[in-house]
Amino acid sequence: MLRKASSFPEEMLEHVLSFITSDKDRNAVSLVCKSWYEIERWCRKRIFVGNCYAVRPEMVIRRFPELRSVELKGKPHFADFDLVPDGWGGCVYPWIAALATAYPLLEEIKLKRMVVSDESLEVIAKSFKNFKVLVLSSCEGFSTDGLAAVAANCRNLRGLDLRESEVDDPSGQWLSRFPDSFTSLASLNISCLGAEVSFSALERLVGRCPDLKTLRLNHAVPLDKLANLLRGAPQLVELGTGAYSAELQPDVFSNLAGAFSGCKELRSLSGFWNVFPGYLPAVYPVCSGLTSLNLRDANIQGADLIKLVSQCRSLQRLWVLDHIEDIGLEALAACCKDLTELRVFPSDPYGAEPNVSLTERGLVSVSEGCPKLQSVLYFCRQMTNAALVTIAKNSPRMTCFRLCIIEPRAPDYQTLQPLDLGFGAIVENYKDLRRLSLSGLLTDRVFEYIGTYAKKLEMLSVAFAGDSDLGLHHVLSGCEKLCKLEIRDCPFGDNALLANAAKLETMRSLWMSSCSVSFRACKLLGQKMPRLNVEVIDERGPPDLRPENCPVEKLYIYRTIAGPRFDMPGFVWTMDGDSV
Amino acid sequence: MEGGLGSLGGCGGSSGAATNDHTMSKVEVAEAEASSYPVEAELELGLSLGGGGGGGGKGKANAWGERGRILIAKDFPSVVSQPQRPNNNNNNNTSISPACVVGSVSGTKRAADSVSHEGGSPTAGSQVVGWPPIRAYRMNSLVNQAKAARSEEDKGIGEKDKSKDNLKKKICNGNKISAPGNEKGHLGFVKVNMDGIPIGRKVDLNAHACYGRLAQALEEMFFRSTTSLNSIGGEKQQVTKSSRLLDGSSEFVLTYEDKEGDWMLVGDVPWGMFLTSVKRLRIMRTSEVNGLAPRFQDRNEKQRIKPV
Repeated sequence: MLRKASSFPEEMLEHVLSFITSDKDRNAVSLVCKSWYEIERWCRKRIFVGNCYAVRPEMVIRRFPELRSVELKGKPHFADFDLVPDGWGGCVYPWIAALATAYPLLEEIKLKRMVVSDESLEVIAKSFKNFKVLVLSSCEGFSTDGLAAVAANCRNLRGLDLRESEVDDPSGQWLSRFPDSFTSLASLNISCLGAEVSFSALERLVGRCPDLKTLRLNHAVPLDKLANLLRGAPQLVELGTGAYSAELQPDVFSNLAGAFSGCKELRSLSGFWNVFPGYLPAVYPVCSGLTSLNLRDANIQGADLIKLVSQCRSLQRLWVLDHIEDIGLEALAACCKDLTELRVFPSDPYGAEPNVSLTERGLVSVSEGCPKLQSVLYFCRQMTNAALVTIAKNSPRMTCFRLCIIEPRAPDYQTLQPLDLGFGAIVENYKDLRRLSLSGLLTDRVFEYIGTYAKKLEMLSVAFAGDSDLGLHHVLSGCEKLCKLEIRDCPFGDNALLANAAKLETMRSLWMSSCSVSFRACKLLGQKMPRLNVEVIDERGPPDLRPENCPVEKLYIYRTIAGPRFDMPGFVWTMDGDSV
Repeated sequence: MEGGLGSLGGCGGSSGAATNDHTMSKVEVAEAEASSYPVEAELELGLSLGGGGGGGGKGKANAWGERGRILIAKDFPSVVSQPQRPNNNNNNNTSISPACVVGSVSGTKRAADSVSHEGGSPTAGSQVVGWPPIRAYRMNSLVNQAKAARSEEDKGIGEKDKSKDNLKKKICNGNKISAPGNEKGHLGFVKVNMDGIPIGRKVDLNAHACYGRLAQALEEMFFRSTTSLNSIGGEKQQVTKSSRLLDGSSEFVLTYEDKEGDWMLVGDVPWGMFLTSVKRLRIMRTSEVNGLAPRFQDRNEKQRIKPV
């Protein structure tokens, strides 16, 4: 018996859909049939746009009239490492202006790697009466004046998170713009701010917001004031300290230790700039409950690190400098059996010689001792295939594996072989691997392994690797779920790219810099693939002044339904059919 | 046009096998073609400062020679009435930077003292832009702590533990870690704006050892962008500017904002001191500068630049 989908009551479907929040599931629902598409679009509340140039704001507004939360990403990931010249784009203003008119009830805006002006912040502050959460991750272009507008106008603000953004800071007074009647703050992250904020304003703010769970201070908040803040907010769950040093005075220490003892809910600690090790024991009262510890900025010796980390038996996430060394990682592996995420950063990345004893052995120890390990970012100076094979076998739950051997093209230091076999084992064993970053000496062989085994891989970062187009071809033709591919300094040229042109429409974006893709190939791709924006970034001047076979400096290709963008600076050229 | 787009219009996987051999056999041919292509000489505007620290790196074609330079303090004698043009001893080598060699377009291009790599391995990551992949923001935070550690030692407070000794050693090591003490913590990279150009840039002060190199890098950055804007029909303003450069009037001055918020002429103080006090840079039109800061005077007595 034929039953039409529309005979299923709409309200019931809507109710069912209200439990479906994942974007992927929602997208799947909308493809079932036209009436489901319609019902779904009217009740979608959150949207994530991974590339702000993939779609125009008007298109989003037309399809989803009832949004409450918008998340956008702008610049490509390699912008974090200064590979994207300033002025490239990613200005959020056009989006904010459109959202302001269309969604007066919008509650959340989350932006990553976008250029946000003070004007944008003012529009946000004044347009959304019920605005609750603003997250600016790795953004730039705004000052504390914009923040002051948000503070002064957003009466129901619950979260303000400036993680890793660059903020111009003409005055520290913006915090005082939160009115005395304002008490709804639950999360505040100002760790990226360079200059001082008014401590008394901060203290009063913290004291009057009973729901405050997350507080990440900047380094300008001195240690001796921290205790006062903590006593005003014993309900804190996540704390980022300011600078963690002062002259060692017994009363400051005991005050601080007492304040920490009062924070029974504390689960996450970060900050610790300029650490004076004598004050570290002040946090010992909370260590046993900590699940997340970020010592990324704590330039302290291994011994102090080990003492601290050994107290944190519930630790799930640890970010630390390589001062921890192999011996510290062994201790970590012995105590923290619930560890799921480890990031080890280099304390002296530009030094020619190692300054600490951190090698592949540290990571092997952790993989052996911590069976739940899922996510690794590891900077080191030497690696072997054997170590990688061991690590591959020990951590079946790995979903994100990023290894950075500091010297480009460094081989297995024992056998002097490429690390193809090691990474091959990684992709073969990590069945759920979603993100991978490669380093060291690698031939086309590693890409063959990746294409063969990494079937769930979504993001791949490659540098100084491969021998020929075959490498790129393996990845593009083999990795079915590939979404983002970023490549620098590899000998990949036209052939693999052109042969896999259709694949590019199934991905969010492809970045290639300092490779061998010719201008001719870019033009061809731009002409033939109308649903891709093929953008050439070249600071040497217009590419058509050079021979067509000349490689372009940088290439950024992304799928889009918005057509070529109009806000490109002078060093970016789009290869669409018309301009070529 | 070769039949390289084997997968167009269809699923990449299915036609992959068929075109594989065909495509891959062309790889060698394509690469041979590209590398046998003659090196394209590109005339740079090559505006070198000349004198003092301007050397190093590759020489550029100096079509404009003395013209169109960015002036720094050493260009001005101690009593200033008019900017002078010192001799350009440095511009005799007119080696031309290859713009179009396969593999030479490497990530080292933007590092100020980079040398064009012929595909060889860069050394220890120190010359390569964006490698190791750490955010500059983060690195600078570490250096900040190095400076704080050093000042604690000076005050006689704080343990002389190994990490601090190591840091001090590295600070004395020269070019790597003498970084500006910028409030914002983004020590290596500071913003640079040039009058008349709406888009600012950033320059890594850590990558330069002296004023000459810095000025050279800035000239590359800004005057070359001007050219590219011209070529795609940029604004009239840009065209006028570069023709004034052609006329030879040195129209621009390099200035910086220090920690106290004053705008100073770049080059007055020793490089290291400059690094600790600079907040941002501005390439200012000489016509807009109201009184240049004379050299060799006490900092307190020095006349501050008053930009119009």
